Amino acid sequence: MVFETRGLTKTYRMGEVEIHALRGVDLDLYAAELVVMLGASGSGKSTLLNIMGGLDTATGGRVRYRDQDLTRASDHALTEFRRDHVGFVFQFYNLIASLTARENVAIVTDISRHPMAPEEALGLVGLEDRLDHFPSQLSGGEQQRVAIARAIAKQPAVLLCDEPTGALDSKTGIRVLEALEHINREMQTTVAIITHNEVIGEMADRVVRLHDGRVVDIHTNAQRRAPAELHW
Amino acid sequence: MRALNRKLFRDLFALKGQAAAIAAVIASGVMTLIISVSTLDALSLTQQRFYQDYHFADVFADLKRAPDSLTERLREIPGVNQVETRVQAPVRMEVPGFADPVRGLLLSIPDGRQPVLNQLHLREGRLPDSGRSDQVAISDAFAEAHALRAGDGLRVIINGRMTTLRVSGVVLSPEFIYQIAPTDLLPDYERYGILWMNRRALAHAYGMDGAFNNVVVSLQAGATSAAVIDHLDRLLARYGGIGAYGREDQPSHRFLHEELRQLRAQAVILPTIFLLVSAFLLNVVMGRIIRSQREQVAVLKAFGYRNRDIAAHYGMLTGLIVLAGCALGVGLGVWAGTHLAAIYTEYFRFPELRFRLQAWVLVLAVAVAAGAAMLGTLRSVWSSVSLPPAEAMRPEPPARFRRSLLERVVPDRWLDQGTRIVLRNLGRHPAKAGLSVLGIAMSVGLLVMGAYQIGAVNHMLDTQYRLVLRMDVHLTFSDPTPARVAAELRHQPGVLGVETYRSVPVRLLAGHREYRTAIQGLDERPRLRQLLDAGRQPQSLPPEGLLLTGYLARDLGLEVGDSVQVEVLEGHRRTVRLPLVGVVDEPLGVSAYMRRDALNRMMREGPVVSGAWLLVDRSLEPALFERLWDLPGVAGIGMIADAERNIREYMGDTILMFALVFVLLAGSIAFAVVYNNARIAFAERARELATLQVLGYSRAEVSAILVGEIMALTVVALPVGWAIGTGFAWALNQAFSMDMFRIPLVLTPGAYGFATAAVLAASAVAAVLVVRRLHRLDKVSVLKAVE
Ligand SMILES: Nc1ncnc2c1ncn2[C@@H]1O[C@H](COP(=O)(O)OP(=O)(O)OP(=O)(O)O)[C@@H](O)[C@H]1O
Ligand SMILES: [Mg+2]
Repeated sequence: MVFETRGLTKTYRMGEVEIHALRGVDLDLYAAELVVMLGASGSGKSTLLNIMGGLDTATGGRVRYRDQDLTRASDHALTEFRRDHVGFVFQFYNLIASLTARENVAIVTDISRHPMAPEEALGLVGLEDRLDHFPSQLSGGEQQRVAIARAIAKQPAVLLCDEPTGALDSKTGIRVLEALEHINREMQTTVAIITHNEVIGEMADRVVRLHDGRVVDIHTNAQRRAPAELHW
Repeated sequence: MRALNRKLFRDLFALKGQAAAIAAVIASGVMTLIISVSTLDALSLTQQRFYQDYHFADVFADLKRAPDSLTERLREIPGVNQVETRVQAPVRMEVPGFADPVRGLLLSIPDGRQPVLNQLHLREGRLPDSGRSDQVAISDAFAEAHALRAGDGLRVIINGRMTTLRVSGVVLSPEFIYQIAPTDLLPDYERYGILWMNRRALAHAYGMDGAFNNVVVSLQAGATSAAVIDHLDRLLARYGGIGAYGREDQPSHRFLHEELRQLRAQAVILPTIFLLVSAFLLNVVMGRIIRSQREQVAVLKAFGYRNRDIAAHYGMLTGLIVLAGCALGVGLGVWAGTHLAAIYTEYFRFPELRFRLQAWVLVLAVAVAAGAAMLGTLRSVWSSVSLPPAEAMRPEPPARFRRSLLERVVPDRWLDQGTRIVLRNLGRHPAKAGLSVLGIAMSVGLLVMGAYQIGAVNHMLDTQYRLVLRMDVHLTFSDPTPARVAAELRHQPGVLGVETYRSVPVRLLAGHREYRTAIQGLDERPRLRQLLDAGRQPQSLPPEGLLLTGYLARDLGLEVGDSVQVEVLEGHRRTVRLPLVGVVDEPLGVSAYMRRDALNRMMREGPVVSGAWLLVDRSLEPALFERLWDLPGVAGIGMIADAERNIREYMGDTILMFALVFVLLAGSIAFAVVYNNARIAFAERARELATLQVLGYSRAEVSAILVGEIMALTVVALPVGWAIGTGFAWALNQAFSMDMFRIPLVLTPGAYGFATAAVLAASAVAAVLVVRRLHRLDKVSVLKAVE
């Protein structure tokens, strides 16, 4: 078991109102599996992923990564956890505007133990000829792919992707998914993908559905389909 | 972390305008400190060396005449180390090619060699040869003023007899670093010179064979000058001694000391204000720049960069800016400091100026600048990293806007959307707007302070030369002269008015404090030399009692009605007590005043005077001077217009020069602050402004919003800045009161106006630069970039 959450809650307080983003999530993620998370906008997907990735802390409940309790981990411990184990793809890319595509990847490979070359990672997402472009010179989809290259380049133990294909057409989307699947298969990386696209669920080992801050359904696919076979 | 370093340089490049402005603020603070401290240090170090190497005496005494045989007894005074007796003679000179009268002081040196005390530094030529009676060494300032070189001839009237002397060399003396005629406030190298000749020759010419009329002594280590002065006074009294005095009353030393004191005050107060202001601005500005990178901080952190990596990264960014600023400040500071010190050597004649940059000054300057900038940086880095990355990566929490106070008061239709946006932007971050206002206000304050210095110095000189000194010519007599000389003077060509005065050297004692000065005996209602009261109105002198310069009275701890002990240093040398009957408000010099008849009575003498003030018809001046010089007993003729020109030049070269440098620095700080504010406002609004343009607002309308915000901050900052500037001026004024002059605390509307105009201009330039940036803004890319 890689991740284990029990009764996970997250409450945002905005002045007078309280927003319950997570209302008690129990979820296990296993080693080397590929999980797709589906759910309506605002159902708490990003919140859950952020907490598992150590980007945010829960209001209640527990979250463990292997034998490490993340619930009460210090800021320092969370930083080390992210540095050593996690790759992220953010919903809003979050590239550094002053760095080129290659450098945006290098910023992560510079501090990881067994990274790929930034060029190789960018090749996996089909950007080998845009290495020296700045984010402002790339389209939204290209920026998204840089963000994915950045996440996979460090060859992390877990890869958490928040809508990695949201801004892409189906052809590039499939290339990106292939890259993720490749990492998952070759390196035994646990991959979690958030998406609004039901079709993508077919490539997963399991599909987790969230609704209003709760896990409402977990479906195990008898067979994973290759990304190339998907259509939307 | 190569990619991170690349980001560092890219960020620095992108921030180049702001970084340059911040570096300028740092440079200004560092430069101020270095200029002030190193000018002060250069002067005092040079002074010390000169005193030491050339054996500057500790105690000085003038007398009428004593036989050489007394020298042995002087040597035996306990505490005395070395004794040098001298002959000194006031002389008049004729310099080829110079029409005005020239006065001088001729001093003896041992035949053909250096004296034991107050040795001479030879700049050119040599000392008079042994046995020669026709050679003189002359002071270098005097030589320079008349382009005199070794070998040139000079006509000197000693004791009424004219002789032609040859210049053997040009010299400097620790006794005349500041070379000034006895009655003047400032040096006039053209009209006053110091000369040295062989003892035997001078004694012969001045009728002092086998005798001396001046003695200087040095003290043994540990001896106090007071005891030696007392002893000397007792020994010399029967030889017409007029009171020995220590270094603190030696004119050159006293003046240099005052000047160093003033510089010290300046060296403390100005850099303190400047560094504090720059520290504040650095803190605020760097903080805001880093805060605008909050999202990037979160991204780095999300990928596992540690807090210390991130702090180091931004620390380096700030460090590079600080380094550039410090380097610039040190470079400019040393350059300007050397120049300013060189200007001072115009007035203080040293063999060479020793300029050095002390390590502690550097360390202090860099530490303050770096400390402040780092504090701002780390504060912001800290607030960014202490948020969970997930939260920090989201756009700043949607701000809660409110209708601003102004909007609630002013009817709706008076405000257009643009104005409303400006008001709400400012109202949304009152703390941030407050800091911006404070930052701009500080720079307004610095400008007010700079303008105050310039205005106040001029005000001070105007008071002195329009209200206090209203004569054209100042005559001094070599000996007390019957008062009827006034009638004789009145008949000279071009003389429109005459007033005479008696001047008696005294020592004032009050409690344990004492002060050496002269009592001026004046007419009941002096018109050519007015005594101002607190309301700057001329006051008349009561029949009895003493008036003191207000500053001196306060310094001695005296109030009107107290009695002052007066030790007369001339003639009968009695000690009397006089009541203090009033104080005089005058910005330059300090003195004591009483009615002339009362002073004559106190001196137990008839109606005699020491000098006269004349009001003259300028067109007849040459004829008048010719006649005046031929009058017996005239020791000196001073022209007030010359003195005024000199002092204005001196102030212009020194204090005003400093002030000007500081005004320039304050101006650059003002610009840096306003520009940085504008740039940050721009960065924070770029998206909003682009959106408005896309929605159909014209460039002009959108620019107006940005400019409106910049100007609104500036306008609010102005009155705050006036108040801060008034405070700065007050602090400076406190530090600037001394014997030689007191710069009044007069803040003219001009000072405020100047500061206001300068800051408005800086805002306008900043606004233009930012608006140009707005026009170049690629609207699509701004909107595309996801925050
Ligand atoms: N920092 C925050 N402050 C306040 N409310 C928040 C914050 N982050 C998330 N929320 C709220 O929590 C709920 C869950 O948000 P979350 O981002 O997890 O949704 P999501 O499932 O990822 O939605 P989407 O598909 O639109 O990305 C939403 O109602 C959101 O408004
Ligand atoms: Mg989301």
